[in-house]
Amino acid sequence: MSVSSVSPIVTTQTMPTWRQKDAEPFVRIEQINKTFGDFTAVNNVSLDIYKNELFCLLGGSGSGKSTLLRMLAGFESPTSGSIIIDGVDMSNVPPWERPVNMMFQSYALFPHLTVEANVAFGLKREGLPSREVKQRVADILEMVQMGHLARRKPHMLSGGQRQRVALARSLVKRPKLLLLDEPLGALDKKLREETQFELMRLQDELGITFVVVTHDQEEAMTLATRIGVMNNGEIVQTAEPHEVYEYPNNRFVAEFIGNVNLFRGTVVSDERDSAAIQCDDTNGLIALDHGISCAPNQLVNVAIRPEKMRIAREPSSAQNNSAEGVITEVAYMGSQSIYKVRLLSGKEVRITQPNSHRDTGERLTWDDHVYLSWDADSSVVLTS
Amino acid sequence: MINASTNTTQLTLLQRLQTIRLGRWFVILMPMLWLAAFFFIPFLVVFKISLSEAMIAVPPYSPLLEWDPNNAYATLKVTFGNYLFLFESRFYLDAYLSSLRIAAVSTFFTLIIGFPIAYLIARSGSMARTILLSLVILPFWTSFLLRVYAWMSLLKKNGLVNDTLMSLGLIDQPLQILQTDVAVYIGIVYTYLPFMILPLYTTLEKMDMSLIEAAKDLGAKPWRAFCSVTLPLAKPGIIAGCLLVFIPAVGEFVIPSLLGGSDTLMIGRVLWDEFFLNRDWPLASAVAIIMLIVLVGPIMFMRNGNKEAL
Repeated sequence: MSVSSVSPIVTTQTMPTWRQKDAEPFVRIEQINKTFGDFTAVNNVSLDIYKNELFCLLGGSGSGKSTLLRMLAGFESPTSGSIIIDGVDMSNVPPWERPVNMMFQSYALFPHLTVEANVAFGLKREGLPSREVKQRVADILEMVQMGHLARRKPHMLSGGQRQRVALARSLVKRPKLLLLDEPLGALDKKLREETQFELMRLQDELGITFVVVTHDQEEAMTLATRIGVMNNGEIVQTAEPHEVYEYPNNRFVAEFIGNVNLFRGTVVSDERDSAAIQCDDTNGLIALDHGISCAPNQLVNVAIRPEKMRIAREPSSAQNNSAEGVITEVAYMGSQSIYKVRLLSGKEVRITQPNSHRDTGERLTWDDHVYLSWDADSSVVLTS
Repeated sequence: MINASTNTTQLTLLQRLQTIRLGRWFVILMPMLWLAAFFFIPFLVVFKISLSEAMIAVPPYSPLLEWDPNNAYATLKVTFGNYLFLFESRFYLDAYLSSLRIAAVSTFFTLIIGFPIAYLIARSGSMARTILLSLVILPFWTSFLLRVYAWMSLLKKNGLVNDTLMSLGLIDQPLQILQTDVAVYIGIVYTYLPFMILPLYTTLEKMDMSLIEAAKDLGAKPWRAFCSVTLPLAKPGIIAGCLLVFIPAVGEFVIPSLLGGSDTLMIGRVLWDEFFLNRDWPLASAVAIIMLIVLVGPIMFMRNGNKEAL
């Protein structure tokens, strides 16, 4: 995946709310727990989500992200803890009274109703006059470009069209908070990309706070203002997309988001603005340009992203931050190539290099002896 | 040379088509033969008898064709007298209407009782589901007649129902339940409940639960969500269940004879009496033909409704 090209969508020119120290959160999840029998689906999660955010809950299956979303919608009640939306405690508020709408993973369109009637369903429950219902349904269907199919039944629509109807239905009531469960999961790659930008545009236009659940890191990277990475019912890191990628705070996040090479080593020096780690896999020390506030001789993992390593036939001038080995696999992907290199220690690492020039004569290939190097600011030390 | 080869390919193609067609015909033929042997031919026989006159003979009706051996010609003797008789007499009309009413009321109560049960089974875990379903089917393992007799002893003056109600102090005198229409309703609802539950269960089980959640999410209270989502989606099951209960209930004979009183008028009983007591086969056949015609109406109506639902 190419993550280098994406950036978080920041709608306001000023500092985003989640970076301000004293900002009032729009959704406050406080020490929430949810157990099903012996199984703990959500374990002591606390989370603040701010107005106009597009917050992504990212995690594998069984990580508790969907349960958390269902608790926001009101379909599950937390075993303990509280959820406050726009200043109101939601503990005793049933789903039909919450200022929240949800777009279901299966879309959950009513099969016996037309597109129009599906979208109008929520407005009719509010008891709006039929003229206004009609107008608002027509407007929102126009916005998602489904106006011409208003009288179709869901089974006569394609996957992408259904998804648009589901989106329109969840938006038409103008909820304060919109929940999306794997919104792009069922779409093909091209539609996904289109819809991602569509979602961001809508979010920008309507000023609704979005919470998106996804297992797809690329989706989370593109869409989110902030990402909450979940594992085993806990939120392991909450940060902006580039932070999650560049500065993962633990091994799970580093490995879950993108690819990473992990080097195990012991801390030999730790200053205010530099540190060094002794590792058996590398030629010299792993040198860092910042302190890591560790105990001396502590065992740590150093994470280096594949695209932050350089690969060459000649050794680099510096002894530190380098390694050597033999290429075991090459994958040419057009814009970039992926190399797998077996280091002298036997460890396998992965390197991606952009193919920024046309064939430069001798291309690196299987069994070539190569030297790897990286910069002092490329590696991240994971203590946990 | 070329011609010959194309000819052979054409021939094999034709042969292949023929075998395909034969196979298709065979598939359709079997149920057709079945229907012909066990429905259409008996229907024609009954229809034929309904056009003849009752007489003391074996069989007890006049032949349709009378062969005159002397003059070597046959006379076709057809009478619509039996049908006219049915429409002239208030008794038969009442019997039909009463049958339809009893069947309709029973079907309604079967639906009211069967729906929550089917819903519960469809929403329970796979383990509980198997147990509950087998409990629904379990009564079929004992004889239907035996179960109706059991109801007789439950509903009689000093039966379990009356005893319980009296010991609870709800009534002073035992209620006359047996030999009333109420007993017939109880009997039909009890007997036909599985036929309502099973089709309802199959449609409800297929329903996506997230649809109910979506309705609630969009502001529908549980009752509203039930009426505007669950009920319309269960429509095919409701229609199938109602047909499976209503149609046999109209012609029901055993339950009204055993549980009903002398004034419980149902067409099945009338049919029985005409056939076995009066030995008026032609009239009994006419009663049966009219009953069939009466039933075709609701079946067609409900089938159309079903098509719309799908």
